[in-house]
Amino acid sequence: MSAPTSFDEFLDGLWRQNPIFVMVLGMCPTLAVTVSAVNAISMGLATTFVLGTSCLLVSLLRHSIPKQVRIASYIVIIATFVTVVDYAIQAISLDLYEALGAYIKLIVANCILLGRAEAHAAKNPPLPATLNAIGMGLGFTLGLLAIGCVREMLGAGKLFGISLFGAHFQPWVVMVLPPGGFFVLAFWLILFAAFRHINGRRNAQLGEVQS
Amino acid sequence: MNNDSVANILLTTILPGNFVLAMFLGMCPFLGVSQKLSTAFPMGIATAFVILVSSVSAYFLNMVLVHFHLEFLSVITFITVIACAVQLVEMFVKKTFPELFRQLGIYLPLITTNCAVLGVALFQTARQYNFAQSLAYSIGGGLGFTLALVLMAGVRERMQLSNVPTLVQGAALSVVIGGLLSLSFMGFSGIGGGE
Repeated sequence: MSAPTSFDEFLDGLWRQNPIFVMVLGMCPTLAVTVSAVNAISMGLATTFVLGTSCLLVSLLRHSIPKQVRIASYIVIIATFVTVVDYAIQAISLDLYEALGAYIKLIVANCILLGRAEAHAAKNPPLPATLNAIGMGLGFTLGLLAIGCVREMLGAGKLFGISLFGAHFQPWVVMVLPPGGFFVLAFWLILFAAFRHINGRRNAQLGEVQS
Repeated sequence: MNNDSVANILLTTILPGNFVLAMFLGMCPFLGVSQKLSTAFPMGIATAFVILVSSVSAYFLNMVLVHFHLEFLSVITFITVIACAVQLVEMFVKKTFPELFRQLGIYLPLITTNCAVLGVALFQTARQYNFAQSLAYSIGGGLGFTLALVLMAGVRERMQLSNVPTLVQGAALSVVIGGLLSLSFMGFSGIGGGE
């Protein structure tokens, strides 16, 4: 196996190992904050920032952190950057801060972060580690956005706050309520499974033709 | 100061404001360890215990932090306390129920990154609950989590016998079941006087 290029590392998280649709990680913020597209994007970008910076730091410190206390060290590093983001968002937009609520602080408990730090950043030099983390974060943002758009469109008849269907549209209130989150996520997961299924069959057919 | 009664908080967090089904806290174990009833129930109890311990510690820690005007350290201190509590539970389970320890596997240490645990600590601080209210909140949260996990495991055990299309198998199926459970829990809204 050849060494993966930096771009490969980046694409890995964004698409092939998309944290939401392929690895099904970080479900709590995925379902909780995706009531609207704006919330989804901000949550995704906040997570991307924390992922990028903490993976960079973990990767820089990978030789000096003793193995026994590594998980605790990662968590403290992640918690530090989450506090930074928490206060930054509070300073930038109070409305957004209130909409996202405690879920910004809960980024600490997002499995994607600890997973990346442990599985990738601790074993790789800073550049690929950061690229991989940012790709993963953007993949996460993409997933959040996909769910957020559908929920906002069906649940409020809007997209990014702009009314889409005119005054006669009857909003599907259930979509902005908790069950809607589950259903939209399930819909995307099924769609991705179908996509993989079709792709797999086509590859198999190609293989037959070649042999 | 928050004036909700203790019974009110307890009831709200178990049924209409269920951590998993209404507030989306602790989804990973909800989807990951809910295959069998025999592991789901102990996992729920272990998590409930960690929630209780960390909620009590977070309450006193918060008093200290407020006293020294160090509120910005809350996330770091809470998560450290939770990590210690999880370590405690892990050692206890490993020593007393080694079989269970093997079955739970990676999900036991992962209680540390369970949003429900950190969520309790953060929400009780944000809502300015007093000690009795925090206690009710954490006990209700733990019980609600266990309830959701057990219900989910029950449904999934039955699903193993039924014929499900290939595309929907796996994560998607669990998410759909979660959605249906969440929908049925919405029927409880109004009990306990709401949020």
